[in-house]
Amino acid sequence: MALSFSIIAIGVLALIFGLVLGYASIRFKVESDPLVDQIDEILPQTQCGQCGHPGCRPYAEGIANGEDINKCPPGGEATIKKLADLMGVEPKPLDDAHGEEDVKKVAFIREDECIGCTKCIQACPVDAILGAAKQMHTVITDECTGCDLCVDPCPVDCIDMVPLTQTTASWKWDFSDSPRGDIPVKMVS
Amino acid sequence: MRLTLSSSPHQRVRRDTGQVMRLVIYAMVPGIIAQTVIFGWGVLIQSVIACTTALLAEGLIVYLRKRPVDRTLGDCSALLTALLIAVSIPPALPWWMTVIGTLFAIAVAKQVYGGLGFNIFNPAMVAYVVLLISFPAAMTMWLPPQSLSTLSPGFVDMLSVIFTGYTMQGYDVGQLKQLTDGLTSATPLDTLKTGLTQGMTYSEVLSRPAFDSGLFDAMGAGWGWVSLAYLLGGLMLIQQRVISWHIPGSLLVSVFIFASMLHLANGDLYASPIFHLTNGAVMIGAFFIATDPVSASTTSRGRLIFGAAIGFWVVIIRTFGGYPDAVAFGVLLMNMAVPLIDYYTRPRTYGHAAKSNRKK
Amino acid sequence: MVPSYEDIIERLNSHKLWDFPGGVHPDDKKTLSNTSGIQRVALPDLFTLPLRQHVGMEGGCIVDVGDRVKKGQPLTQSTNPYAVPVHAPSSGEVVAIAPHVIAHPSGLTEMCISIRPDGEDSWTELAPMADYRAYEKSELIEAICNAGISGLGGAGFPTHIKTSSSKPVEFLIINGIECEPYITADDRLMREYAWQIRQGIDILTHLVGPKAIVIAVEDNKPEAIEALRLACQDKTDYRIVPVETKYPAGGEKQLIQIITGREVPRNGLPADIGILMFNVGTAYAIADAIISGKPLIERVVTLTGEAAGQPCNVWARLGTPVGHLLDHAEYQPEKQRAPRVIMGGPMMGFALADLNIPIVKITNCLLVPGKRELADDDVERPCIRCSECADACPASLLPQQLFWHAKAKEHDKVQEYNLFDCIECGACAYVCPSEIPLVHYYRQAKSAIRLERDERNKAEKARLRFEARKARLEQEKREREERHRKAKEARMAASENKGSTGSKDKVAAALARAKAKKQSQQSAGTASQPPEDKKAQVAAAVARAKAKKATRQSDTSLPSEPDAAPSEGSDDKQEKVAAAIARAKAKKAQRDSPEQQDVTSPLSDESPQADEDDKKQRVAAAVARAKAKKQAREASLEESADSSDERADNQSSTSDKDARIAAAVARAKAKKAQRDMPRQSNEHSARDEAAKQENTAEDEKRQRIAAAVAKAKAKKAARNTDSENE
Repeated sequence: MALSFSIIAIGVLALIFGLVLGYASIRFKVESDPLVDQIDEILPQTQCGQCGHPGCRPYAEGIANGEDINKCPPGGEATIKKLADLMGVEPKPLDDAHGEEDVKKVAFIREDECIGCTKCIQACPVDAILGAAKQMHTVITDECTGCDLCVDPCPVDCIDMVPLTQTTASWKWDFSDSPRGDIPVKMVS
Repeated sequence: MRLTLSSSPHQRVRRDTGQVMRLVIYAMVPGIIAQTVIFGWGVLIQSVIACTTALLAEGLIVYLRKRPVDRTLGDCSALLTALLIAVSIPPALPWWMTVIGTLFAIAVAKQVYGGLGFNIFNPAMVAYVVLLISFPAAMTMWLPPQSLSTLSPGFVDMLSVIFTGYTMQGYDVGQLKQLTDGLTSATPLDTLKTGLTQGMTYSEVLSRPAFDSGLFDAMGAGWGWVSLAYLLGGLMLIQQRVISWHIPGSLLVSVFIFASMLHLANGDLYASPIFHLTNGAVMIGAFFIATDPVSASTTSRGRLIFGAAIGFWVVIIRTFGGYPDAVAFGVLLMNMAVPLIDYYTRPRTYGHAAKSNRKK
Repeated sequence: MVPSYEDIIERLNSHKLWDFPGGVHPDDKKTLSNTSGIQRVALPDLFTLPLRQHVGMEGGCIVDVGDRVKKGQPLTQSTNPYAVPVHAPSSGEVVAIAPHVIAHPSGLTEMCISIRPDGEDSWTELAPMADYRAYEKSELIEAICNAGISGLGGAGFPTHIKTSSSKPVEFLIINGIECEPYITADDRLMREYAWQIRQGIDILTHLVGPKAIVIAVEDNKPEAIEALRLACQDKTDYRIVPVETKYPAGGEKQLIQIITGREVPRNGLPADIGILMFNVGTAYAIADAIISGKPLIERVVTLTGEAAGQPCNVWARLGTPVGHLLDHAEYQPEKQRAPRVIMGGPMMGFALADLNIPIVKITNCLLVPGKRELADDDVERPCIRCSECADACPASLLPQQLFWHAKAKEHDKVQEYNLFDCIECGACAYVCPSEIPLVHYYRQAKSAIRLERDERNKAEKARLRFEARKARLEQEKREREERHRKAKEARMAASENKGSTGSKDKVAAALARAKAKKQSQQSAGTASQPPEDKKAQVAAAVARAKAKKATRQSDTSLPSEPDAAPSEGSDDKQEKVAAAIARAKAKKAQRDSPEQQDVTSPLSDESPQADEDDKKQRVAAAVARAKAKKQAREASLEESADSSDERADNQSSTSDKDARIAAAVARAKAKKAQRDMPRQSNEHSARDEAAKQENTAEDEKRQRIAAAVAKAKAKKAARNTDSENE
């Protein structure tokens, strides 16, 4: 008798909790991006293909399917850390088989050497190179992701990757980044 | 010749951490003097023991942590902690207990958490509670005020008691507690607690020798004066803008209010607000302990809540708890609540609508 | 509860004000410099004018090096509404337009115009509008914009933007607070030029039509208040309100709170709550611009500090180097512990790195603190959570929490604590007993967050562009396949009709072209997009050109490789299917008759057409480069093979030294390759070219180019080997 009571009681309780939980899961459903979108959000979108995928999104899909998170040199440590947080895995050092983390660069075409072959235009994943056949090409600096993909196709090697220079807008209040003027300088924090 | 490339502001107020701590120490002087005059040399001897221990311990630990020793000791925070311990323990406490307490305060309650600024509990109160729980008998062995005691030990006697347990004449602490009328002394809070458990009414208890019949009936003999001295020091701190009025104000008011409520409900069972305010560690707690910036709440509203809650716990624990005094417990309890209080008392930022304030 | 207009007026009438939370009372040290009148300074040897002197956009430069300019002549112009021009501060010659260190805490450079004054100091033609009421408001606002006026108080917000606000204005507040210690520029200006300031206020009143006008001056400047009272005595509706001295009462948001009790909403502007605020200096500049037509080319600058022998206020032309003004104030660096010049006040100013930094529109003070002044012992101690900072914060932030999170780089947390509501007034760091440079941490966090945001936006844009491109390529591929299919059908039909002899290929090609054209026209028609039609025509034209080009190339160039280049290149354009077909035909023809090609190539080479020749040369050069590149790539491949062997060695050997030796070897190899390569490629290209052409000059040129290319390649190879070895 006591046994059946307890079984019934527990059963009823289980039912009630089940209902409550079920209700809660519908009522308080957290809308979240699908995993791939979240990963894609973190990746730097250089579309450089250094990870071995044709673009960032395919790599995001790869990560979602369990690929290593340390194949993105443009993102570097910061991206790996964020990915590790998102995926709940340990951050690893960058896999140097895919390249090394470098300062941010943009492509620059030495315009007097350009023969107008349009090869770089086809290579650019984000359409950041402007030009037409037999016409000089140039890079839209603001759109360039620094992916490097235009450098190799160039038959005359007139594309350089130049590091982005520090400007007053990109200065991060790091006095060690400041050039010294005519007054000798001691830096305080 | 170097040009300083520094970030604004270039102007700073000339009061650094060390000065703040020193000001607090100076403000404790009246209270320490009062304690010395009324209860004898014990407090001074304990201060020396505690300060030495604290400085040595802090210096050693900071050295081991490879931090600048001179600068850390220069902020005087260890000294302040030591003094707070010294004034809150019984003057005749054996020296090694003081040393253990101080060591615990500096090493565990402070440095283990990362040193000054990182401890979540008030180190002095942690030490006090540790001692109280570890050595309950010794920690309640308060000597009577010298005016009431049969044997008022001098400096050498006190030194001897602290280091050997006996005076030069061979009296132990228990004997020193003998009053002129042959009874054993206890603190007024103890007296009340035992009196009430023995079925006496509050007003009957007040007639015991532990109470002064001077300024207020309910003022503990000698204790009231010590409290007033700390009040004076505390007011100096507020006047010097070292501490804000929020915590002491709300703490005292809340003690007063809760004590009044109980007292009005049953005057025979519950002590008067004056009794609560002038006895035990309420005054020093309100101005010197609860205001420890590191472990207190940081917003204005938060400080009001923090102080008021401590006051509440003091009255509740004193009245219904097992221990006669409760400032240490109240402070530690509320230390734990500080992050919560801070989170929920964030001031409304300029230009923000009143409600969107806590919205994530 | 926002106080209504009537409430505010009532309180103002009874001389009651609101207050803002927090604030500090630093020693103001104003008597150092406010006792003597504003002085004139000799012209410097060189003016340097940054193109951008205010928040917003920079204008485009409209002068050239060598141009002679008159005083007051605009040097930049822009159609951007947020841009105001800069003007020549004196007559003289433009000697440089180049990056120059500017008045920015970073000490970085920006584009500047340098003018060497000729000493005549002669004005350009001015267009005063003294009877300003007779002009349209829009004309006045344009005049203010053209005079280059941006707020002279702090951030330098372009003034014409504020005045053209369309929102109804209840309060026009003139800010004469000047709450920063040391600075007395506005103080002296109010004392000496109260009348002009009043004229400026008149103009502003005329422009914005406020319900009430308040001139707020801190109560530590009784002379200035008196002077303004005198100047405005006939204007009873100008309320001159003394404000209690407290830093930062002069902050726009704080002053609004003091005068009206209202708060500027987050992400809002004062105009949103019916308030406009101008600095007294701005009012003066407006009067100058409208009444006498002078653009903003000078401003009052306080030169002060104990290291200045003669602290004073001066009229400084914009663009004057800081050093020149400091000489005027008898700056003595030996009175300082270390040379230190602060632009702005001690609370919000920044230390300069260079004495050539020019004065700009927002420079109100140069401060050279003495040995014991503004001592900076740079010892940051642990925060003791004393909350002095929270008590001092005028924006009711929790500086301490901000500090923790900023230091830990928890950027979302910092923003949750409203970091971006911090006005960087410095009150928190001023009171901090642990001497933590709180504001510095906030600034770093702010700039990091901003950059992160920019980067995210950029990544997002890159992603969109990438996806758009992918979609486009797919679309093109689909269309191409479709057209291929149709063209093939058409060609089949044609070949059935005309047979498939080689001689008729050309006809077939033409037919295919026509078909393709027609078809693309059709597809344009079905899509009902007129531009498509045009595009198809263009495509046809391109196709024709391609066909021509293909034949030409097949004639002039070596087989297969150069041919591959254009065919790959035209992949992009293969929506124009005709091109591909035509080229395919041409190729076929070429394949069919190799002997013929051999015969024709020398012929066409000798053809005397000049531009044709030029083109050919370019093509030849390209070919040479491509060859060189190919060789270089091969070389580098070998190189990398070598170096990867070496890398394996490195991995097996544990010693660092070995790795370094290996790296050195690799580098040496690369160098050798580099030395070898030019020779090789020279030989190759020379041989090729010699076979084709006799022109030695051409040859030389080609060799040079080829050499350059080969060098670049070798360098790259070297780089590769280096990085591989690292």
